[in-house]
Amino acid sequence: MSVLIDRNTRVIVQGMGKTGRFHTDTAVAYGTRMVGAVHPSRAGQTEVFEGATDHSGVPGRGDTYHEELPIFRTVREARAATDATATVIYVPPPFAADAIMEAADAGMELIVCITEGIPVADMVKAKGYLASRSSRLVGPNCPGVITPGECKIGIMPGYIHEAGRIGVVSRSGTLTYEAVHQLTQAGLGQTTAIGIGGDPVNGTNFVDCLKMFQDDPATEGVIMIGEIGGSAEEDAAKWTTEHMTKPVAAFIAGTTAPSGKRMGHAGAIISGGKGTAADKIAALRDAGVVVAPTPTDMGAAMQEALAG
Amino acid sequence: MKIHEFQAKELMQARGIPVPLGIPVTSVAEAVAAVEPLIERSGNPVVVLKSQIHAGGRGKGRFAEHPDLGGVNVVLEGKDGGVEAAKGRVRELAAKMLGSTLVTVQTGPAGKKVNRLYLEQGIDIARELYLSVVLDRGASRNVVMVSTEGGTEIEEVAAATPEKILRAEIDPGLGLLDFQARELAFGLGLDGAAYKNGVKFITALAAAAVELDTDLIEINPLVVTADGGVMALDAKMSFEANALYRHPDVQDMRDLSEEDAAEIEASNYGLSFIKLDGTIGCMVNGAGLAMATMDIIKYVGGEPANFLDVGGGAEKEQVAAAFKIITRDPNVRGIFVNIFGGIMKCDTIAQGIVDAVGEVGLQTPLVVRLEGTNIDLGKQILDESGLNILSAADMKDGAQKILEASR
Repeated sequence: MSVLIDRNTRVIVQGMGKTGRFHTDTAVAYGTRMVGAVHPSRAGQTEVFEGATDHSGVPGRGDTYHEELPIFRTVREARAATDATATVIYVPPPFAADAIMEAADAGMELIVCITEGIPVADMVKAKGYLASRSSRLVGPNCPGVITPGECKIGIMPGYIHEAGRIGVVSRSGTLTYEAVHQLTQAGLGQTTAIGIGGDPVNGTNFVDCLKMFQDDPATEGVIMIGEIGGSAEEDAAKWTTEHMTKPVAAFIAGTTAPSGKRMGHAGAIISGGKGTAADKIAALRDAGVVVAPTPTDMGAAMQEALAG
Repeated sequence: MKIHEFQAKELMQARGIPVPLGIPVTSVAEAVAAVEPLIERSGNPVVVLKSQIHAGGRGKGRFAEHPDLGGVNVVLEGKDGGVEAAKGRVRELAAKMLGSTLVTVQTGPAGKKVNRLYLEQGIDIARELYLSVVLDRGASRNVVMVSTEGGTEIEEVAAATPEKILRAEIDPGLGLLDFQARELAFGLGLDGAAYKNGVKFITALAAAAVELDTDLIEINPLVVTADGGVMALDAKMSFEANALYRHPDVQDMRDLSEEDAAEIEASNYGLSFIKLDGTIGCMVNGAGLAMATMDIIKYVGGEPANFLDVGGGAEKEQVAAAFKIITRDPNVRGIFVNIFGGIMKCDTIAQGIVDAVGEVGLQTPLVVRLEGTNIDLGKQILDESGLNILSAADMKDGAQKILEASR
């Protein structure tokens, strides 16, 4: 079991530029069921992917792969022709919010938006648009979602993951890899790892992910990786207190971050004394979450939480 | 991106939002020359001389060189002495303020040099209110906030008397609706002409926030004048970086002299860099990991000299630029490179480090922690380089090693 995606998830890609092509290739190599692409001016063509199989991904495949993805004009056409339920977006920032809304209108169940640098106002509109539709958006500005050994949607390196017991949810990219790596080293593995992204307006938040992991029988514990800015971690702490029965560990980045400075991510900023790491850590500890004192201790914190 | 008060007021005036008359000046002569035309146009012999820096708290702030002088000064001399008396006082004040260092609660103890003043008409204030438009992350919408407690820090109001802050969410499709503006104006206790002017002001400001992609507009105080006018006495505006490409006119307002030179250079290389006060320089891939690296340096007893995210797809040139920027800081006594290679391969990074060190030299200890794709190749490149690079097993090990080596 897993959340959001599994071996049967059929995925299309919006945005087939250099980045989109590169990461689609690694997804196909991993064994993700990529079934089509959307490109308004290249419809009717096919995009060919071939190379050496990534054996850290879906087991039981040959050593090489050859896939020809049909290109469609619109998401609606792609969905009708392929029965895909998920889409991944690599469209450049000025056009990415429109790509999200197109995917939602076409009824895609899961929309994973990797694009970094989308104007907040565009995301405010897209979020408003999604409110009256049933799609789930993950991201933007995120590494994506992976269920190890089954399906990889996004830019994370597949081989550091291992199928296992822990749900991972994170606002940051490489820090997620750090956590995943430690869980793999500790022999715990991951059920699904979800990068929710570092932007102030995003589709899926910590609470959404905690709910999914709570309901997933295979997930025995959850690690959440937060950072300064906003109050999503405090909301997660509240939800954990009220509803979560599974052990939760956490790490919050930005204890030393100065106020008023945007720390790389648009959402990672302490403003007006709010959104500090200290507040978030205190809220999580009050909720019984084991908070790792340093990023090197994330795997150990998860083990401690599991041990109760 | 932040802009100055006078620039924010220019943008507001161009959108029909009432602001006092004012003239920006950069020299004492310009300041003195601006007094007469300003008094003539406004009909008010009182003028105000305001320091223009990218930081708040200017009124209560003090100049390092003139501890008894604040950053905002009202010139009353024109009332009795006429234009010449006003000019004399402006000359005296401008000479002290320009080129001096203003220290406010927001600048930190180092303060900021004042290169520009804004000479503004005096306003006959009846009431001071608060108005802002800011992103509410929880609601994923912009929200208009108003309060009767103008002139004070809104965080203090929010903490002490949260019921005195009223808010209305801006629908992304519809904008701020008329009834919302009316409710806010009534909530501020406005009536008569001030009510009508207040509704207009709030509506126009909400529209400006959406049009300009601001991440903050704060009018504090918003003043009601004796004759029922409503205008912005102060104005703070900052813009969302991802949307700046849509607003070339706003981009032109960027004042590089207000920003850190190293941070500007870093941004030209696509690096995200923030200067801090410590001694351990950091180079990391990814914003979250970069913050976590600063944290772990502090955790083991050190102080980070910077935040530096080289990004997910850094090339050799960016690694070299990052090295140069870090090593230029005279406080740096050691450098910690922390890379989790995913898409980015460790051997590429290692080669970039070796080349960069070859180019810029290495005066301080260097600890490198590599993890991820092609880790063995990367370590081999570092080992065979002959450079004095300490290798770390994990982040904590790296932080401890660089701390010891830099002592």
